[in-house]
Amino acid sequence: MTAAILKHEKFGTALPAAAPAVVVAPPAPAAGDDDAPPVRRQTPLVEKYGDEIAAFFRAAIPVVFGLAMFAAVWSMLAAHSTLPGPLKTFHSAVGIFSDPFYRKGPNDQGIGWNILMSLGRVGIGFGMAAIIGIPMGFMIGRFRFLSGMMSPIISLLRPVSPLAWLPIGLLVFKAANPAAIWVIFISSIWPMIVNTAVGVREVPQDYLNVAKVLNLSEWKVFTRILFPASLPFVLTGIRLSIGVAWLVIVAAEMLTGGVGIGFWVWDEWNNLNVEHIIIAIFVVGIVGLLLEQMLMLLARRFEYR
Amino acid sequence: MEKFVLVENIDMTFKTPRGSFVALKDINLSIGEGEFVTLIGHSGCGKSTLLNLVAGLLVQTAGVLICAGREIAGPGPDRGVVFQNHSLLPWLTCAENIYLAVERVFGATESKAQLKARTLKALDLVQLGHAADKRPNEISGGMKQRVGIARALSIEPKVLLLDEPFGALDALTRAHLQDELLKIVAKTKSTVLMVTHDVDEAVLLSDRIVMMTNGPAATIGDIVNVDLPRPRDRLALVNDSRYHHLRGRVLEFLYQKQMRPAA
Ligand SMILES: Nc1ncnc2c1ncn2[C@@H]1O[C@H](COP(=O)(O)OP(=O)(O)O)[C@@H](O)[C@H]1O
Ligand SMILES: [Mg+2]
Repeated sequence: MTAAILKHEKFGTALPAAAPAVVVAPPAPAAGDDDAPPVRRQTPLVEKYGDEIAAFFRAAIPVVFGLAMFAAVWSMLAAHSTLPGPLKTFHSAVGIFSDPFYRKGPNDQGIGWNILMSLGRVGIGFGMAAIIGIPMGFMIGRFRFLSGMMSPIISLLRPVSPLAWLPIGLLVFKAANPAAIWVIFISSIWPMIVNTAVGVREVPQDYLNVAKVLNLSEWKVFTRILFPASLPFVLTGIRLSIGVAWLVIVAAEMLTGGVGIGFWVWDEWNNLNVEHIIIAIFVVGIVGLLLEQMLMLLARRFEYR
Repeated sequence: MEKFVLVENIDMTFKTPRGSFVALKDINLSIGEGEFVTLIGHSGCGKSTLLNLVAGLLVQTAGVLICAGREIAGPGPDRGVVFQNHSLLPWLTCAENIYLAVERVFGATESKAQLKARTLKALDLVQLGHAADKRPNEISGGMKQRVGIARALSIEPKVLLLDEPFGALDALTRAHLQDELLKIVAKTKSTVLMVTHDVDEAVLLSDRIVMMTNGPAATIGDIVNVDLPRPRDRLALVNDSRYHHLRGRVLEFLYQKQMRPAA
């Protein structure tokens, strides 16, 4: 209740009035060399972008408040425990990111390498899952028999915790790196299969009727109707899969070792370097966020209505 | 007039989770070549079901369906269908939507340029040449419906099947499209079977109005011959006593003989 009021009263009304003031200020110094034009230029600028700037601030200010609150709580916790505070962590992060790509040996490499190695594993595991999972989803969605055949298997295997697959990977591949990729593969394939199949099944009957009255070939039905109609579902599946893959990689690498962000966390724990662990948490969060945002952008390009 | 579309002793029973549902019972109808027939009846009586049977989208439980001397076995390009909700594919432009149909029917025998020319000709027929490269969501409801009609006509079907094509449009747009449909059909001399629930639309457009009884087990209650001369002009008809007489007959059927119990 109070939060809603706060939002409407403080931000909703105060900002549109305040925002133009921000816009008017910057052109002012230019007024020195030419008196009239800046004035003429100013007004349209405010009119043109005033709303957008107001909207930006309306969106940005709560975010700033949120982050500030987070930092405050973190500082308080740090003050009463051994946890490093935001400032200390920030300085440590500056140190780490000033040289992200150093190599001092197999187990001591820059944060950049660790991130790239993890992304590489995710890329391979997820990529293979997409190559197999998406066509499989299409088949399952299109053919009732296949759906009946695969449903029990999928229902059985899907809830299995990702790391439970690690021993199987280690057993089969006899190496840590392929085993980690295998875990990514097997845990990220399910959302793609399931969402693609649902997408194909949810293709509006109207579109399929068009295909029927025109007697379109199965290939045309696929390329012109099934694929575009289910693409938003497929992209949702991909987005969920990437999320799962990125969640799992940290845990998998903690167990398998090697170079990677998950192993790095474990290594820093062994060194009792808590700042680095916190930095790693941020890095994992930010990379995950970026992956998600990239796919959201991609998905938005395929919205038709 | 030659019997071009034949519907003989058609029964249609749907299997539903709650048992079987007899939608149509003993339907007999013949449509001559170049004839414009409308199906009218209360909502849910089975108009779409009958149209979909002729389209080949449904399979009858009993009886025979014939189009141009051949038994109807599934959908085919000899019948062009216009759906109630246009059913354009939203990821294709208007031209691409039509091209998909044209390519399917003439792709084997004609060059790409010829197919493109057919596409544009179909769009011009509904006066939408300028909207060729627009997506369906960028044009109005009336325009979408016109593209739907252009798509159905582009394959040069022997029979045009329309299921309440103007049902979702406002009155003015609907009147405009009815006039346009009259002109197009006069030009292409198409055989048309059209579903409507609009009495004025039925009288204005049809040669015959097929009036259906209420379901379940709906059948043809009566048929009205519309002997108004063509070309018809909606303004002139307002003062035409024959028009009002025909209109009265349809209304009488719908609201006295087939009065719908308050739903
Ligand atoms: N696929 C189906 N399965 C079961 N019942 C159906 C099906 N299609 C239509 N019906 C039923 O048949 C009747 C006629 O439907 P419909 O032809 O759509 O009516 P109309 O087009 O005249 O409004 C309705 O009672 C409807 O519920
Ligand atoms: Mg209907």
